[in-house]
Amino acid sequence: MIEISDVTKRYPGGHEALCSLSLAIGQGELVFLTGHSGAGKSTLLKLIAAIERPTSGHVIVKGQNVGRMRRAALPFFRRNIGLIFQDHKLLYDRSVFDNVLLPLHIQGLTGSGAFKRVRAALDKVGLLKKERARPITLSGGEQQRLCIARAIVSRPALVLADEPTANLDEAYARDIMDMFRAFNEVGVTLLISTHDHDLIRRYGGRNVQLAHGRLMT
Amino acid sequence: MKAWLGHHLHSLKTALHPFRDAPLATLFTALVIGVAVALPVGLYVLLGNLERAAGGVKPDAEVTLFLKSGIGEPQGRELASRLGRDADVADVRFISRTEGIDKLEALGLADITAGLPENPLPHTLVLKPREENPQAMEALATRLRGLPESDRVLLDTDWVKRLAALMDLGQDLVFMLSAVLGLALAAITANTIRLQIYARRDEIEVARLIGATDRFIRRPFLYFGGLQGLVGGLAGWALVLLGLALIEGSVQKVATAYGASFPLHGLGPLELTVVLTLSMILGWLGAFFAVGQTLRKLESTL
Repeated sequence: MIEISDVTKRYPGGHEALCSLSLAIGQGELVFLTGHSGAGKSTLLKLIAAIERPTSGHVIVKGQNVGRMRRAALPFFRRNIGLIFQDHKLLYDRSVFDNVLLPLHIQGLTGSGAFKRVRAALDKVGLLKKERARPITLSGGEQQRLCIARAIVSRPALVLADEPTANLDEAYARDIMDMFRAFNEVGVTLLISTHDHDLIRRYGGRNVQLAHGRLMT
Repeated sequence: MKAWLGHHLHSLKTALHPFRDAPLATLFTALVIGVAVALPVGLYVLLGNLERAAGGVKPDAEVTLFLKSGIGEPQGRELASRLGRDADVADVRFISRTEGIDKLEALGLADITAGLPENPLPHTLVLKPREENPQAMEALATRLRGLPESDRVLLDTDWVKRLAALMDLGQDLVFMLSAVLGLALAAITANTIRLQIYARRDEIEVARLIGATDRFIRRPFLYFGGLQGLVGGLAGWALVLLGLALIEGSVQKVATAYGASFPLHGLGPLELTVVLTLSMILGWLGAFFAVGQTLRKLESTL
């Protein structure tokens, strides 16, 4: 599913976020990405989602070389990936329902078929009763669940989550991890960055540890 | 096809949001655009009315033919009736030399005529050409000069030429104002669109992250630019109508003083369509440039 070979990412100014990193993730895997802050977890996720390009090396996702992808092809590539952000990146000027509808709308899906899928996604994260609410009225855990609903509504085969349980208390964090577990069971590949080692111990899965932009094994 | 239509409808709906969310700001922008539209359009309408007014009060264009002194009155009258049948001539008046001197005396020049030993005036024909444009009158005058009875031909086309030149100047002004203020319209739109893009950068960023194409992101802004241009064009039209209503009273007073009635004309349906279409296109163009440039700048900060 994902092949990263000898990837280095140097930001302007000389900071090296990743240093000749190689990593392979198979279809249907549940992978936790851990490490101190600044270890390169977010950078790695951004490279996979083609938000950043590697300075050198190859990032290959589903057989496509993401680092060399044409600008015009990027939107279509990103539609196959569910992105979950630590800061949610929700749109506060529209309802919960419309937030989840946005990815489908971008892909040209409208009408009752799209609405059905939005409701299904909201149901999965337990927000169906709040579809008319504004995101700002939701709690932190609910906002994170809304972000997850938006990521999965287009049924991506790969979901990337950047610190999805940070700033959440334990009960909420466990809720969200249970959800991820359920997605993984139906075949979705998940790559989750976290620094909560308790969670990993409880849920198992593969643990990839980063330190100073390098792999620790 | 349905999805495509849905996209466009949604973009149009999104483009309408600023009208709903910030009606006052949108109204002011529309007014500014309206002023930019109203200036050239107002001048154009004014010129049109002026041209009509000039046509109404224009003194009859005349060609005056002075006959040679050896030509007697019967010959003169005969020539008059012959020219009266000419295809280029609408009307001929024969003024004999005695009639001419009587006219001068009637004008209060009796002391001058009394001092003259004999009547110096020739018999005169005053012709009204069938066509009143300078070229036709010039052609007629040339023909009259070729007549054996002709001594001198006077032709007063100067004022016609002057009026035509003034109208040309006015049209050039309309053109120039349209170009300059059209540019202003595009620039105003570009600026409002830029502000809008910055206000909605979160939305643009998220849409990009979840796979929106540039076209998808650009479309609502383009629609908004066109719509704003259209509303601005309508505002401009309203301003012109308002201006006409304001001067209508004084124009009527002047017209009544001349014993005429002179209704002011606004824009015809075709002219209005042209104005609205142009302001819409200019708004769209302004948006196009602003969106292209601003989105590229936003991308580098993403």
